[in-house]
Amino acid sequence: MRRFQDKLAYGLGALCVGVAIVPLASILFEVVRNGVSALSPQFLTSPPGVFGQAGGGIANAIQGTAILLALASAMAVPFGLLSGVYLAEFGDNKYGRTVRFLNDVLTEFPSIVIGILVYSIIVLAMRGFSTIAGAVALAIIMLPIITRTTEESIKIVPSSIRDAAMALGIRRWRATISVVLSTARSGVITGILLAIARVSGETAPLLLTVLGSQFFFNGLSQPIAALPLTIYRDANLPYAFARQQGWGAALVLILMVLGLNIGVRLATRGRYNSLRSRV
Amino acid sequence: MEDFKIQTQKLNAWFGNNHALKDISLGIRQNQVTAIIGPSGCGKSTLIRCLNRMHELVPGARSSGSVLLDGANIYSRGIDPVTVRRRVGMVFQKANPFPTMSVYDNVAAGLKLNGVRNPDTLDEAVKRSLEQAFLWDEVRDDLDNSGASLSGGQQQRLCIARALAVEPEAILMDEPCSALDPIATAKIEQLITNLKEKYTVVIVTHNMQQAARVSDVTAFLYLGQLIEYGGTTSLFENPKEELTERYLTGKFG
Repeated sequence: MRRFQDKLAYGLGALCVGVAIVPLASILFEVVRNGVSALSPQFLTSPPGVFGQAGGGIANAIQGTAILLALASAMAVPFGLLSGVYLAEFGDNKYGRTVRFLNDVLTEFPSIVIGILVYSIIVLAMRGFSTIAGAVALAIIMLPIITRTTEESIKIVPSSIRDAAMALGIRRWRATISVVLSTARSGVITGILLAIARVSGETAPLLLTVLGSQFFFNGLSQPIAALPLTIYRDANLPYAFARQQGWGAALVLILMVLGLNIGVRLATRGRYNSLRSRV
Repeated sequence: MEDFKIQTQKLNAWFGNNHALKDISLGIRQNQVTAIIGPSGCGKSTLIRCLNRMHELVPGARSSGSVLLDGANIYSRGIDPVTVRRRVGMVFQKANPFPTMSVYDNVAAGLKLNGVRNPDTLDEAVKRSLEQAFLWDEVRDDLDNSGASLSGGQQQRLCIARALAVEPEAILMDEPCSALDPIATAKIEQLITNLKEKYTVVIVTHNMQQAARVSDVTAFLYLGQLIEYGGTTSLFENPKEELTERYLTGKFG
């Protein structure tokens, strides 16, 4: 009977994993199946052609998404990291609890609301859609994710590691950054990548901030193209070639996020897996 | 008062409302090994954590009384606990090498993170410390390996080397062998005996044979109070207090 229960639990678990994988696999399959035929050197290297005609590419959208993600990360990563470190190390008080609560609320904020917020404070003030407004919107979405994952990753570093550093006569901030944060490195990086992956597909806040563009990057105060916007617009066009380009853009976006993930992991991989040995 | 390296005077310590140490006054001599024994929960670890101001890092912990290091109270206003901890190093119960650092970087950590950059100074300090910790011969060709890849006993010796690298004056050891097998324990005991030539050593242990083997002076603590304090041989052979005798003969503990 026990053995049967064991097998049943195992079987149910395996079944659930299977069910969970189905949508993921089907999305990937569909995107690859429909997108691959759109890919060509020309598609990847040229800006859109004449409206309503086949031809042209998404190079400007690739560039736009890369710029937006870079700018948003440049803003969100330092703030998120430091907030996370603060909450984990010094956040055990009323202020810390309030910040943590607001941070959690912000994590669940609908992204379109953040788009409207940025629209009303930056786009209206600058009298126009701009790259910088889009980057700020994406950074606001990234910030709470990075903060939370950084805090959680630091909290699981055993206190014995912190003690060891303090007992060496190392200043607290130095011990936190060079020993604790370095031990928590892989979790922190996962959080940053998660945040980037999350915002790379955001469309609604971009519609309200960068608008989209047919051209390459033209300055921080100008509209810019982005892959999610290309996908959104192509999907709404009544032309078969446009829909195919949309699939192509979706595939490129997925590959970009995947490539970034692998690249960052390789680049930041320490020689020793953090925490692996501390079990 | 003259020749004590470390001296506690009416030292009291609390965790919240738990009065963990009560009026401890004892003197620790230079170049001696002082053992602190007593049953679990008697305040042994708290006592040595008060000697380098590690106690106060625990939330809710506080202390009163004074601890003199070379005659100067380390709890005086204006004394930087970071400086105290550099002068009085610590080795913990469970080996805790920095998991993301190599053997070399583990040993060099205390110096590097305090701004020492000169590679020759670092190389020299790493070699010297590993030699003092009896670990050099085992790791000299693997200094780039992860510190966490070593065996348990080697990890603990690595932690000792890490503590020695910043050239402290005294070393506090909190049950350094409690997680180790007898062979690894023997190595560390031998190393402790060597260390007292250069350093003042205080070791907390719940292993009475270990205290008898390595220490010159022994303090017996019970329920936060110092019951008996004296030369190790006389304390073990001729305890003055009945409580000490009952503990040593295994009647409680």
